[in-house]
Amino acid sequence: MSWLGCRNALLTSKRIDARNHQQPSTSAFFVDVDTVKTERMTHLLVLPILIPLITAIAVLLSRRAPRLQRAWSLLGAVGLLGATGALLAVVWTGGIQHVQLGQWPAPFGITLVADVLSAVLLVVVGLMGLAVLVYALGSLDAARERSGFHALYHLLLMGVAGAFLAGDLFNLYVWFEVLLITSFVLLVLGNDRAQVKGAVTYVLINLVASLCFLAAIGLLYGLTGTLNLADLAVRLPEVEAPGLVTAVAMLFLIAFGIKAAVFPLFFWLPAAYHTPPVAVSAIFAGLLTKVGVYALIRVFTLLFTQDVGYTHTLLLWVAVFTMITGVLGAVAQTDVRKILSFHIVSQIGYMVLGLALFTPLAILGAIFYVVHHIVVKTNLFLVGGAAHRLGGAFELKNLGGLYRARPGLAVLFLIPALSLAGLPPLSGFWAKLIILRAGVEAEAYLAVAAAVLAGLITLISMTKIWNEAFWKPLPADRSLSDGAPSMAALITPIVVLAAVTLTIGLYAEPLVVLAERSATELLDPTGYVQAVLDTPIEEASAIRIRP
Amino acid sequence: MDVLLALLAGLLTAAGVYLLIQRSLLRMLFGVILLSNAVNLILFVAGRTLRATPPIVPDGLMAPAAAVANPLPQALILTAIVIGFGLVAFAFVLLSRASATFETLDADELARLPERAPDIEEN
Repeated sequence: MSWLGCRNALLTSKRIDARNHQQPSTSAFFVDVDTVKTERMTHLLVLPILIPLITAIAVLLSRRAPRLQRAWSLLGAVGLLGATGALLAVVWTGGIQHVQLGQWPAPFGITLVADVLSAVLLVVVGLMGLAVLVYALGSLDAARERSGFHALYHLLLMGVAGAFLAGDLFNLYVWFEVLLITSFVLLVLGNDRAQVKGAVTYVLINLVASLCFLAAIGLLYGLTGTLNLADLAVRLPEVEAPGLVTAVAMLFLIAFGIKAAVFPLFFWLPAAYHTPPVAVSAIFAGLLTKVGVYALIRVFTLLFTQDVGYTHTLLLWVAVFTMITGVLGAVAQTDVRKILSFHIVSQIGYMVLGLALFTPLAILGAIFYVVHHIVVKTNLFLVGGAAHRLGGAFELKNLGGLYRARPGLAVLFLIPALSLAGLPPLSGFWAKLIILRAGVEAEAYLAVAAAVLAGLITLISMTKIWNEAFWKPLPADRSLSDGAPSMAALITPIVVLAAVTLTIGLYAEPLVVLAERSATELLDPTGYVQAVLDTPIEEASAIRIRP
Repeated sequence: MDVLLALLAGLLTAAGVYLLIQRSLLRMLFGVILLSNAVNLILFVAGRTLRATPPIVPDGLMAPAAAVANPLPQALILTAIVIGFGLVAFAFVLLSRASATFETLDADELARLPERAPDIEEN
């Protein structure tokens, strides 16, 4: 038992050695090309966290000037998209990027890592951040904007970006909490009756999820003496009690499962996601559950692969039930936002299915699916909001006649809706096709059948919204508004996101290539470990101190 | 010491879970608080409680002379306590708002209440 203290003492001395070694290079007068290059990378890795933070501060400082606030907010969102795009480019050409904050070498310091998966998701975060912000500028009431929407929004983006970049588990926990607390406040901002009711469930269950996560972190630390993801990947296979590791993996599954809203832990999502303003629902629907999915993908490819037969079979069943219960829940609903909320759950099932099958093709599919889903689901919420602006309702029975009044909006609904259901040639078709093919190759026929069935019911559900809101004549006692003011701010992001969906659908190659490279990285963590620890995997394993 | 702390963590977890399955939302929140304390203890024990020497490097040395207590779990717990405090404070305010709005903190009753006030039509 005393090995841990001994190891820590040794590690401390090594850390000090490492710092001593670094001093000459930092105090040198000349700076070689490599250092400059590293500096630039470092900035790029930190920017997705810093830009939202600075934006939030700027917004808070200009509280009394709403126009200035909006300008800062927009500028910050554009900056985030630019920075994430640049980061993806660097990761694509230069491989996995990492930065040791404060120059404490891994696994002692705080590490930020960006592999292709993180970088791709960050770009999507940037895109959604900008699109939904434009929508919010055109749709959010002045009271909510005054009470801090912009600052919270950017802090939420910071939390999401941080979670995608975190290189150790405790850091991941902290970013989860950042996005969680901001999402709490965004959820109740405005203090509607419905918002308070939804938030009670959301807050309590998420507090429990965080505690599960933290307990799992503690137990994992007790087993291995490290929390750095790359270091854990080296040490976990050598833990003498694989059963304990699997037990800890189950705790992580529950914690991330609640965040990702998988069966049977999803019930908080449909209770809460329809209550805040559409802009808030849209960004939640797009990003929050996907952070949970990302965390699942990360830990179940990098860390917990010692008992795939058990853990990933469990994931498979979770995926099947998530897909089916989600769509069945959606069928019973009549509020546009509630239908869409249940579909989030069902779609999460497809992503988890990709992870559960655990073949290169399946992981590729899961990543493709996450990207496609974020774009499509956010867009559907935005279309729902635009329909509400015109028809004055979210209840299907109170809507109607939108196709006659706004054929353009009807087409803009059809693109994400049919993509969600998986019709060619839209992005959802490729996403589902890859997952289904991976399922057939892995001979998981039951899961494939469930996925096809869920896709079919999704189509029925989308047809229901189409029939009720767009096709049927407007109920006699209701009238359509012209959408003024600022309908353009509502439509522009919808058009952009629909264009992204179409582009992925018609020209899927680039995203497939990205997802493929990402899947390769995930299934062979050697590169990740080497990049972070700066040592080949055999050496890293040799450094380990025996008890 | 480890065994004692482990038992205490178990006891706190059991009490926390018991409170979580109550119908009163306030009790559920108390359950969360107990659970969070149990988790902090788990973090603490995970770092091993072998020695009480503080991890301070003496003057003139680059590393502690003898084995010292593990400082990392304490840093983790400190962070967790701060975050937990913020979350619980928010949850209390939320519950007080819910009790003012719905005039109940019973989970079952709350679930039965409509989301909109009865006299307001869905907008």
